[in-house]
Amino acid sequence: MQIQQLSIFVENKSGRLAEITEILGRANVDIRAISVADTSDFGILRLIVDKPQDAVKALKEAGLTVSLTSVIAVGIDDRPGEFAKAMRILADADISVEYMYAFISRDKGKAFVILRVDDSEKAMEHLRAKGVALLAAEEIYGM
Amino acid sequence: MQGTYFQPELECASREVMRYIQSKRLRRLVERCYNNVPVYRKRMDDLGLLPGDIRTIDDVKKLPFTTKTDLRDNYPFGLFAVPKGELARIHASSGTTGKQTVVGYTKADIDAWATGAARSIVMVGGTKEDFVHVSYGYGLFTGGLGLHYGAEKLGATAIPVSSGNTKRQVQILQDYGSDILCCTPSYAMYIGETVRDMGIDPKTLRVRAGIFGAEPWTEQMRREIERLLAIRAYDIYGLSEIAGPGVSCECQYQNGLHVNEDMFYPEIIDPDTGESLPDGVYGELVFTCIGKEALPLMRYRTRDICALDHSVCECGRTLVRMTKPRGRTDDMLIIRGINVFPSQIESVLLELGMDPNYQLVVDRKNNLDTLEVQVEMTEEMFSDTVRNLEAIEHRIANALQSTLNIVAKIRLLEPKSIPRSEGKAKRVIDKRSL
Repeated sequence: MQIQQLSIFVENKSGRLAEITEILGRANVDIRAISVADTSDFGILRLIVDKPQDAVKALKEAGLTVSLTSVIAVGIDDRPGEFAKAMRILADADISVEYMYAFISRDKGKAFVILRVDDSEKAMEHLRAKGVALLAAEEIYGM
Repeated sequence: MQGTYFQPELECASREVMRYIQSKRLRRLVERCYNNVPVYRKRMDDLGLLPGDIRTIDDVKKLPFTTKTDLRDNYPFGLFAVPKGELARIHASSGTTGKQTVVGYTKADIDAWATGAARSIVMVGGTKEDFVHVSYGYGLFTGGLGLHYGAEKLGATAIPVSSGNTKRQVQILQDYGSDILCCTPSYAMYIGETVRDMGIDPKTLRVRAGIFGAEPWTEQMRREIERLLAIRAYDIYGLSEIAGPGVSCECQYQNGLHVNEDMFYPEIIDPDTGESLPDGVYGELVFTCIGKEALPLMRYRTRDICALDHSVCECGRTLVRMTKPRGRTDDMLIIRGINVFPSQIESVLLELGMDPNYQLVVDRKNNLDTLEVQVEMTEEMFSDTVRNLEAIEHRIANALQSTLNIVAKIRLLEPKSIPRSEGKAKRVIDKRSL
């Protein structure tokens, strides 16, 4: 059920994001979701792609530092208050969110949130118990 | 390992014998300088010294110092003691610290230097049977030809690869079965990384020892090179003004570099007062070229910082040992009034498990010195959260602050973004216009 996210170390230099995504383009890797965390000198590019292993191989060959991180993806109805419900479940279970990013699906009315939490197994258990839809890796990769 | 020497009668001579040889050669040197080098004659006259006043090696302390500036002021050949026709070769300093200086050697000088290099190869366990792979640059720089002549003097086989074309270096290590690799320590690192990148297990290479010099390097760097190449790494020392590599070298005990003191007489002085310092005390290394003809320098100030140890080594050699040079008096950085050598920062970084490719950027902002330590990201230290990466930066900054008392900004860089060096690594970028 856990999804593999690519985390890539990127120096803050203009053109770097273009170069990295070009590598993925050449490797025929399709990006599903993307987010960048940045500080004044470096950033961490986080990606969900259709073929994580191919992407890692291409990026490593290009000399980049890249790692795979397990994240979870929840699907929620695109309505006020729905996302808050999911957050409340995690908060009540004492689960910390390290970071997250969201995207809206092509299916009308659905939104997806990628969550990196301190305990993925426990988070999935609680979310599932409260009826929050969790996406399988294949569902995200094949979107 | 005991018992393998190139010239046991000199390398293991008693202190009395060594002093006798040194005293005799010093007298000859002083006469040659007084009679053939006007600069030295004038300096001795100014001090009221005559050649006859120098009787034993202890009298070396009466002699005037020679500095890099003297070589520059008398550029190119003003300090040479022989006519041009007797010169066999010219080399030039690598210009590590500014303008080049030119040095010359007679045939006998080249032979003495080759002897020093041959002794060095034997010190690290080399024999006549070995292939000595020389990846130092050949040319005006003394590194390449120095080890090359040393290998031939020993009767081993020199492979004059010179520096550069790193994949071919690895190919040659693999195909020819080089036994001993010679280059700068930073190039050894680069070759080691290339071996790994080419997917070769270093244990499958025949090479067993490395002779690395021409720049100061730390114990941590030694361990890193030994791991990357699966060899034993030894420090060799030399400078063109005295002789190239082979002035001193480590033996298999890796506990100081044996100085070929029958040819190159070392002293340690306080760089500020010029006063001689006893064994074990760090100071500036000074050499008197007691065996040399073409450029017989008296008390040449190397600006390298180290200490001496006259005790007999476990390997049986009595040749005095110098510690690995800690740095140079002129590459010492003064940051907000605190003295620090790049090698000390390197020690801290490698202790923390950082990649040995680093760069120091010194600048001045609002009249305050700033130091930025640039470290390359490695797979082991990478994390997907900013918090963890910032924690690494803090850990480095705290370690530098607590061990060296310096404040530094840490910048994490992408792998391989600091240029690799095929010769001497450029570790410091000083942007201050002082």
